[in-house]
Amino acid sequence: MTLESILVVAAIIFSIGLYGALSKRNAITVLMCIELMFNAVNISAVALSRYVLPAGLSAHGTPLDDRTVQFLLTGQIFSIFIITVAAAEIALGLAIVIAIYRTRQSVFVTDINLMKK
Amino acid sequence: MTLGQGTEASLVVDLVFWVIAVSSIVAAVAVVQLRNVFRAALFLIVSFLGVAGLFVLMRAEFLAAVQIVVYVGAISILIIFAILMTRDIEEGNPSHRLSIPLAIISLLFMLVAIFVVVQTEWNLTEHYNGDLIMNQKIGNVFSNTVPWIARLLVNDFVLAFEVVSVLLLAAIVGALALVRER
Repeated sequence: MTLESILVVAAIIFSIGLYGALSKRNAITVLMCIELMFNAVNISAVALSRYVLPAGLSAHGTPLDDRTVQFLLTGQIFSIFIITVAAAEIALGLAIVIAIYRTRQSVFVTDINLMKK
Repeated sequence: MTLGQGTEASLVVDLVFWVIAVSSIVAAVAVVQLRNVFRAALFLIVSFLGVAGLFVLMRAEFLAAVQIVVYVGAISILIIFAILMTRDIEEGNPSHRLSIPLAIISLLFMLVAIFVVVQTEWNLTEHYNGDLIMNQKIGNVFSNTVPWIARLLVNDFVLAFEVVSVLLLAAIVGALALVRER
């Protein structure tokens, strides 16, 4: 379990989510795949926070002291914000999908082409 | 230097990591490939749980708890409710006709990302050449992350913290306004 292996797993999950988000017709599946991509980004943020020293805190920059040592956890803080934004995004996305389903009786992204006509 | 108790090197942790990683990747493939949307949502929960396990292995226990509460507890249920409300869509989960070029593009993206990850010289925390006390402090940060995260959230990141709460409120109001019966 090294940094590289975790980041490779994150890249694989992100690519699967990317493929699904681009190629699926069901809007709910597209939202699920976007969640997969958020998860992959969270994995890599936490892994980088766990294993990598920030450039500003490295041996060339300022050395670590009692105050700056806490910024090793910045990746986890980022992850918390990403999870929050993902929750807001999925709530709004599903609300939009249900509103479209009510008016047009379809959840397929290929059927939602009112602005193309 | 050992971060925490330095259990990362042990064989059991490696084994657990690969089991969790492979199962969450397989679950992600199932989310994309299954015809039945409801089963895909169930496999999405498996993938979320795998990611929570990876967080535990990376000493981010607080994030693992948040992942289970928010993703497994809230977002999955929301998705399943949405699937049930659009239940009479019988065709399930089809791809459109561009799916093979898109698969090739995603595969290329994955290969480029893996290449970059493997090629980069990472500036690892383990190789930090500080004194013994500082190494111990780094270990302390990762052995109990919750108080450090709390301190960071209400000191250095307090503005983003407040803004994100306003964003959540706006999302709730927006979702209610969108699905309201007229």
